[in-house]
Amino acid sequence: MSVARIIVTIVFIGLLVASVLLSGGTSFKPNAAGGDQEARSLKKYGFYLEPVNKEAGIDFRHTPPDLDPRLKPIAAQIASMGAAVSICDFDNDGWNDIYFTNSGNGSHNALYHNLHDGKFADVADSMGIGDVNKTGTGSSMGAVWGDFDNDGYQDLLLYKWGKPELFRNDSGRRFINVTEGSGLPAWVNANSAIWFDFDNDGLLDLFIGGYYSEQFDLQHLKTSLIMPESFRYANNGGRKYLLKNMGHGHFQDVTQQYGLTSTRWVLAAGAADFTGDGYPELFVSDDYNVDEFYLNDSGKRFVEAGRKAGIGFIPKSGMSVTFGDLDNSGVTGVYTTNITEEGILIQGNNYWKPKGAPSADPHFVNLAQLSGIFNAGWSYGAQFGDLNNDGNEDLYVANGYISGKKGTDYWYDYSKVTGGNKAIIGDADNWPAMNGKSQSGYQQDKIWFNNGNGLFTDVSGNVCPYADYDGRAVALADLWNRGVLDVIVANQDNIPLVYKNTVVSGNHWIDFDLHGTVSNADAVGATIVLQWNGHEQVQVVTGGIGFSSQNQHRLHFGLGTAQRVDKAIITWPSGRKDELASPAIDSVHVIRENKS
Amino acid sequence: MPEANVETVPSNKLSRLWTPENFKYVPPAFLTLILLVGQFTYGILDSYLNLVVSVVTCLISEIILARTVLHTRKNLASAYISGISIGILIRSNMMWPYAMCALLSILSKYVLRYKGRHLWNPSNFGVSWMLFMAPLAVAGLSIQWGNNLAAMAVIWCLGLVIVNRAKRLHVSIAYVISFAVLAWVRSLITHDAFLAELSPLTGPMYQLFVFFMVTEPATGVSTKRGRILVVIGVALVEFVLRLYGYIYAPFYALFLVGPICKYFDLRKNAPKLAKNQ
Repeated sequence: MSVARIIVTIVFIGLLVASVLLSGGTSFKPNAAGGDQEARSLKKYGFYLEPVNKEAGIDFRHTPPDLDPRLKPIAAQIASMGAAVSICDFDNDGWNDIYFTNSGNGSHNALYHNLHDGKFADVADSMGIGDVNKTGTGSSMGAVWGDFDNDGYQDLLLYKWGKPELFRNDSGRRFINVTEGSGLPAWVNANSAIWFDFDNDGLLDLFIGGYYSEQFDLQHLKTSLIMPESFRYANNGGRKYLLKNMGHGHFQDVTQQYGLTSTRWVLAAGAADFTGDGYPELFVSDDYNVDEFYLNDSGKRFVEAGRKAGIGFIPKSGMSVTFGDLDNSGVTGVYTTNITEEGILIQGNNYWKPKGAPSADPHFVNLAQLSGIFNAGWSYGAQFGDLNNDGNEDLYVANGYISGKKGTDYWYDYSKVTGGNKAIIGDADNWPAMNGKSQSGYQQDKIWFNNGNGLFTDVSGNVCPYADYDGRAVALADLWNRGVLDVIVANQDNIPLVYKNTVVSGNHWIDFDLHGTVSNADAVGATIVLQWNGHEQVQVVTGGIGFSSQNQHRLHFGLGTAQRVDKAIITWPSGRKDELASPAIDSVHVIRENKS
Repeated sequence: MPEANVETVPSNKLSRLWTPENFKYVPPAFLTLILLVGQFTYGILDSYLNLVVSVVTCLISEIILARTVLHTRKNLASAYISGISIGILIRSNMMWPYAMCALLSILSKYVLRYKGRHLWNPSNFGVSWMLFMAPLAVAGLSIQWGNNLAAMAVIWCLGLVIVNRAKRLHVSIAYVISFAVLAWVRSLITHDAFLAELSPLTGPMYQLFVFFMVTEPATGVSTKRGRILVVIGVALVEFVLRLYGYIYAPFYALFLVGPICKYFDLRKNAPKLAKNQ
């Protein structure tokens, strides 16, 4: 054997070994910690999340939607959504309340009223928004709160695989179903809706994204041709609805007129101004296709610019849209979640950060991998929030698709049909029976700690007890008015996790609760740029964000050990700008837009 | 109606283009066409850079290894096919797996040899190794391409014409028939719909597999009957692997069956082949 051949053989063997070693170093398996986890977490990361469902009196449990019997073999995957959570303060008492959706026929949604003593009481039925999953009306998939009539009380839009319903908040005393005559569509298989004021007329409008086509009542099917026509390029999902608030409780369908005509499988949406013109753009996260980015042309129309903006090239399985300023650059970025399964599918999540100053044609770059927030699992909802008040936004991502029989795996069966022609994948009758199998089940939610330098550390399993429910919606809210963000996770076909957050002392915070007067009353679309100690962080008021979720209305900023804030710059949807010099720290600032 | 003035191309001109000497450029051109059509209609590549890395790594390593190990110059069509195949077939969020897979593929041609011939299809070796041994870094294409019926039909028709010209139509046909029959058997065992078992064959991964991997002349056995038996063997092993839930069963099956058959074929026929050459 020649010397060259010997060298080549040695190199070959070395590379075989190296490929295995390098791969091992990239594991994204769940973490688990033992011992005195809380003390170590507080010392190392400055916070600890403790589930307190029982102590808080929250005994809600989600049940999945009922389906047509012909879908029974794959019911677990079809009925894999519906666990949603949204935060409100329905009675304006200054304490956050929690609304969970349920999905099974006859199941009740829950509105947990904050009793101010650490406990909550379910008042959904007495308030008229509990018994909302009656047979024939569809299954709840999510809810968003928004003061559509500007009376100072947040109203409720309930979206379903069924008939969307609008409830007017009667001064925090009860909810009145005002769907009839409101102009809402008769039936949408929706997993996403947000309130936003796309034309800045001071009235909250609605976006509802369809998932399955609205032609189908999934409990009474006439066909099995309901599935996506492709795993990556499906355009046979539900239609979108852009509903303009005309006042007096009436909404007008302006979807076609405004150009939102695609029929992809929408799972999430978020609205914020990325061009600097004061009008909110619409970011839509699609399953089975590329995400969509709609530029708002001064409230007159939307123009899809996903490819132009750099986000519309690689189709993934978009599940969630959330906003964050992870490096305190004063620039709002967009985090979207997807699927990662070792050895099978590596899509990775995205963090899209706009390049340069806001412009008419924003362009995004994906920093998820660089920042270390790429591989999570089969991800659904995600939220940015400063969990330890150190001045940097951390990230919580809910994970897990279907936890069936342990030791089983549906991925192989799934890959058979999803790799095939649309005539096969599109027909539910062709999908292999699940027979109780798991698919990306028993996954731990991902919690990423922001190191403060644009990089994140995976602290899942270190900062809370181990849990592997099938996580769906995530919401962040200060449930006990302590100046910290607690975490609420709605889990599919299971109990939610209500995490009480313990934060080390010494870090400061400041909250802003914005209320519009010229702008919409909820100030949805308003931004605050906070400057302190050389930092600058931007946050946006949203009317629903994440996957089937809504955070608390007030915006929470951690400040680290800083003793003062330099200034807060508020930009209202009306265009007005206010500057607050040195607002007091460790306080909630309730700010009403000046009419003058 | 006046007759159209049709200019005819002399058939000998076309046939000159279609010579064995020139034919070696047809499969790479066809693969490039699949890639371009896929990219511009669907955007199949997550990153151009990863494709460039795998192709360039294959080409450079082929040039260097041919010179240093075999002391010769090799036509780069085969390395180009390997590079393109790797760029399309594997998915990773990092760049190193593409370079690694390309290097392993080409190196396997120069290290894993018997009687002067390589045993593994290069890209099959690299892709199978990475999928099986580096699952934390690499995933396959299986569910990552479009599945438009018309596009699929065009690719299948063109592919069949080309493998026919390469005198390997019997290999592709034998494999497809074996797969379909065994899919039906699997459907009886698993109680899944026959179409669900047949479904992978309609996907893009199999287009590359049927036209570029199982038909590769260099790693095929010497007789037509033998090649048909080998490919039936590949389908049978794949059948078993599928029953055990291996998503990348076709790659693994070829990885296992191909070299063994090639080894015995060379052992039996290599002196004769050498004498003939």
